[in-house]
Amino acid sequence: MTVISATDLVKRYGEVAAVDGVSFEVAPGESFGLLGPNGAGKSTTMRMVGAVSTRTAGELTVLGLDPDEFGPEIRARLGVVPQQDNLDNELRVRENLLTYGRYFGLPRRLIAERADELLEFAQLADRGDAKVDELSGGMKRRLTIARALINEPRILLLDEPTTGLDPQARHILWDRLFRLKEQGTTLLLTTHYMDEAEQLCDRLVVVDHGRIMAEGSPAALIRQYSTREVLEVRFGSERNAAAAAALADVGDRLEVLPDRVLVYADDGEAALVEVTARGLQPLTSLVRRSSLEDVFLRLTGRSLIE
Amino acid sequence: MSAVTEQRAMRRGGVRALYAGNARAVVGRGLVATRSSNWVVIASGFFEPVFYLLSLGVGLGAFIGTVTDAAGREIPYAAFIAPALLAVSAMNGAIYDSTWNVFFKMNFGKLYEGMLATSLGPLDIALGEILLALFRGAVYGIGFQIVMQLMGLNLSWWALLAVPAVMLIAFGFAAIGMGVTSYFTTFQQMEWIMFVLTPMFMLSATFFPITVYPEPVQWLVMALPLWHGVELVRGLTTGVVGPELLVHVLYYGVMIAAGLAFTTRRLRALFLD
Ligand SMILES: Nc1ncnc2c1ncn2[C@@H]1O[C@H](COP(=O)(O)OP(=O)(O)OP(=O)(O)O)[C@@H](O)[C@H]1O
Ligand SMILES: [Mg+2]
Repeated sequence: MTVISATDLVKRYGEVAAVDGVSFEVAPGESFGLLGPNGAGKSTTMRMVGAVSTRTAGELTVLGLDPDEFGPEIRARLGVVPQQDNLDNELRVRENLLTYGRYFGLPRRLIAERADELLEFAQLADRGDAKVDELSGGMKRRLTIARALINEPRILLLDEPTTGLDPQARHILWDRLFRLKEQGTTLLLTTHYMDEAEQLCDRLVVVDHGRIMAEGSPAALIRQYSTREVLEVRFGSERNAAAAAALADVGDRLEVLPDRVLVYADDGEAALVEVTARGLQPLTSLVRRSSLEDVFLRLTGRSLIE
Repeated sequence: MSAVTEQRAMRRGGVRALYAGNARAVVGRGLVATRSSNWVVIASGFFEPVFYLLSLGVGLGAFIGTVTDAAGREIPYAAFIAPALLAVSAMNGAIYDSTWNVFFKMNFGKLYEGMLATSLGPLDIALGEILLALFRGAVYGIGFQIVMQLMGLNLSWWALLAVPAVMLIAFGFAAIGMGVTSYFTTFQQMEWIMFVLTPMFMLSATFFPITVYPEPVQWLVMALPLWHGVELVRGLTTGVVGPELLVHVLYYGVMIAAGLAFTTRRLRALFLD
């Protein structure tokens, strides 16, 4: 049983293929991520799954239905957190939840109960009568998530849920999303933060230019496409390239970035010893564990955040 | 457009995908939101036709005296222009809500994007917003009707039917207004609406009978929606009632149906690409 199933999904805008043959499946209760840089086609994919954009080609079913045909039925069972908040500025915080519930045709009493619970959940219980414009960015984001939950959706679509938030606000949001996941809500989220993907996703696909580059759990992807550790060394921007030439056979693989050289090795400290043994003196050095950023770099030759 | 997309566009043509039968949720939202609206603008929309009535109907009317109506009777000039201004006040109310308010929601508020992520369809939104605009038009119209009654300008009991007639007029203008507004993205374009409305207001047999025009111009005026509204209301408040009033009703029926279909298509094209 899958709740979302996409096969060779394509969305073209004129000549541009925003999504160019994407296939994936999401199981009930799973938390699935789309990871990719700007313009990869993440939001476009989300909009098709959310039944607000028709596909150009390919197959797509959401909760067993075709979104091109059963838009309202599917949307009734989805919660959507768009990339940019679209709260209703003419209404107050609690009213935003109440009216949104009405859009789903739910009875007033039920919505009123849920609104109070959701304000609690979003830690906005004391801001119910505030104007939307008076909320901070993090509060708005939490309200958008609360609003998306008013119809108790089977699937929650989150498009970059924490972009633009400070670390504390992000951790609060992650905590809320984690609780939803524990309650069995299926999450489909996009992000270009590796740590977010590692925190929240059971499984993810790395997308670039509308295509899937790799698929798997965060740990499996790191295992498959990277080494256990990474040594980052800086020689100064003019000398990085020359130093890299001398290090070609250290570790499993090298990646030369404008400001640093990455040495992929299972034992980073040993690699550093090898570097100094060759008479090279890095200005700074750092050994860290591999992350999805490294997976992305390996797959595309580019870093995830430009 | 490729064959595939064309086929999909057709598949999505079903009303079920466009309408959840829940326009009242959109109306409900609008009523809650009116709290934050600009009351000065709302009041001025009502008083404008009242001022015309006082200055032209009473003031200028004192010089003009009487006008011959369609039945050949002599009626006071104020009683001649009052029904026209009643139609205009309904139009004003409907146009304000369905153009300026819709313009802001489309271009700045992202309101419809949020609504269309729920089980609402574009027809729910179009109908809801148009009903709200109609409501504004009806409130203006009924207020103006009371002013007319107080001034003794309702010459017949048929005038009671002017209230539903005013709603019909408001519905028609709201439906077209929202569809047209969906094409506008800048403030300059919004000015065009006034550029069309002002001459229509002046020329639709509002202040003088249509017979003053040469025949070709008469035909032109008779194509204008406001002329049909003016004649419909004038027939009712002056008590000159005949089958030709049904033609005016039919005109508005077509205008409403076309406006709704057109607005729904536009909303779908804009927000459900
Ligand atoms: N409505 C549209 N009309 C034309 N082109 C579009 C439209 N929406 C998206 N695109 C194009 O499709 C591509 C993918 O856009 P999309 O918004 O899906 O990327 P994304 O992965 O969400 O990026 P970001 O991380 O910046 O949000 C981009 O090249 C974009 O310019
Ligand atoms: Mg995006």
